[in-house]
Amino acid sequence: MKHHISFTLNGDPVEALCDTDQTLLDVLRDELDMTGTKEGCATGDCGACSVSVDGRLVCSCLMLGVEMNGKKVESIEGMADGDKLHPLQQKFLEHAALQCGICTPGVLIAAKSLLERNPDPTETEVRYWLAGNLCRCTGYDKIIRAVLATAADMRGA
Amino acid sequence: MKYEAPQTLDAAVRLLASESGQAKVLAGGTDLLVQIKTDVIEPDLLVDIKGIGEVRQITEENGGFRIGAAVTGAELEENAALVNTWPGVIEGANLIGSTQVQGRATMGGNLCNGSPAADSVPGLIAAGATATIVGPGGTRELPVEDIMLAPRKLAIAKDEFIVSFYLPARPAHSGDAYLRFIPRTEMDIAVVGAGVNLTLDEAGKITAARVVLGAVAPRPLLVPEAGEALIGSTLDEAALGKLATAASAACNPIDDKRGTIEYRTKVAAVIARRTAEIAYQRARSN
Repeated sequence: MKHHISFTLNGDPVEALCDTDQTLLDVLRDELDMTGTKEGCATGDCGACSVSVDGRLVCSCLMLGVEMNGKKVESIEGMADGDKLHPLQQKFLEHAALQCGICTPGVLIAAKSLLERNPDPTETEVRYWLAGNLCRCTGYDKIIRAVLATAADMRGA
Repeated sequence: MKYEAPQTLDAAVRLLASESGQAKVLAGGTDLLVQIKTDVIEPDLLVDIKGIGEVRQITEENGGFRIGAAVTGAELEENAALVNTWPGVIEGANLIGSTQVQGRATMGGNLCNGSPAADSVPGLIAAGATATIVGPGGTRELPVEDIMLAPRKLAIAKDEFIVSFYLPARPAHSGDAYLRFIPRTEMDIAVVGAGVNLTLDEAGKITAARVVLGAVAPRPLLVPEAGEALIGSTLDEAALGKLATAASAACNPIDDKRGTIEYRTKVAAVIARRTAEIAYQRARSN
C-alpha cells in the first residue's frame, strides 16, 4: 500500500511516495536522497538516526513515513547555514569530537535539541541527554567537552 | 500492511473490529515498529490513534488527572502539576528509553506491550490508576493491575484499546516513588522495579500503602502484604524489615542474563525498601 505524504524538511516542502512499513529514516534516505541521517541499529537504541519532528527529538527509525503528513522535520542537512557551520559543528571539529563520523549527525541533532531547551546544561545533564546516542570511537569525553564549550560560547554571544 | 489514522474513538474501534487479519494499535510505536521490523509480528492493519483528541490530552478531573494513553513521556515531564502530584508515576514513565524514545513512548503503549518489566506500570498500579478502555460496546473501566495477565497477554480484546488513565485525587500527606535496578546507569531493562504510594496522617503514621513490584513475576505484582506491613508505622526499621520480607516472598521471577531468580528475589527487597523511603519523604513534605 503506497501513501502520498507531504511534510516540511529543513523548512522546504517535500513530497514522497512510501509503503506503510517504510520508516521516516527510509523515506529521508531512500526516497528523498537525504543521506546525512544515518542508520545504526534501526531499533531505537543507538540514536544515529536522530532528527527533530515538530521540535521534538526522536529516532527517525521509530516513526513511519506515513505518519509525517503535515509535520516539520529537521535533519542534519539543515544544521549549517549555507557554508557557515552551526556552532556545535564548529566545536566538534575543534575538539576532534568525532572519528568515524557515523554517530555524529545524530549526536549534533540531539545536542542542538538540548541547547535549545537548556542553554546552560551541567556535564551530567549533557551525559544523560545524550545517553541514547552511542559512539564506539571517541569514548564520549570529547563530545561532552564540545557540547559544553558550544553552550558557553553561545551564551556569551 | 494497511495504515489508518482515524480522528474519533468510534472510527478507530470500527477499523479494529472489521479487520479480519491482525490489527495493531499504533501510539508511539517504539516497541511496535521494532517488533514489525524484526518479524516478531506481521500485522495486516495499523490503526494510528494519535489523531484522536482524547488519547493525547492531560486534563484535571474531579481533583485527579486524566492522562491520554498516547501522551508521550516528554509531554508528561513538562506538566509541572502532574509531576508535582504524582512524581513516582512520572519518574517511572521517564525511565523508558532515551531522550529520543521519550519523545514518542507512551504509558498506554508501555502497558499494552505486555512486558513484566515495563517501567511505567508499577507506578500506575501503586497510584490506584484505572484505565478507560473503548470498544464496540462503548467504554469500560479497569484497574491497571487487572490489564496485563502474562507476558504479551492482556485483558483487552482485539477491537478494544486504552483511551486514558485516571489518577485519583490525592489526600494530604501523600507521596509516591518508582525505582528500578539495572546493571548500568541508563538505557536498560529493569532487573527489578518497585512502585510505592503512601498516605500519612498528621503525625507521620502511614494510613494507606500500595506496593508494586515489576520484573519479578509474569506480570507487575501488586503485593498487598507489603503494603499492610507499612500501615500504622512511621516507616521504622521493623516495618521496613516486614516490607522487605513480604517483597521477596511475592517474587516469582525468571533466570535470565540480567539476573538469576535468587538475585532478583533478594534485590526486590532492597529496591522495595529504598522506594518506600523516597515515597515516605515525599509524603512528609506534602
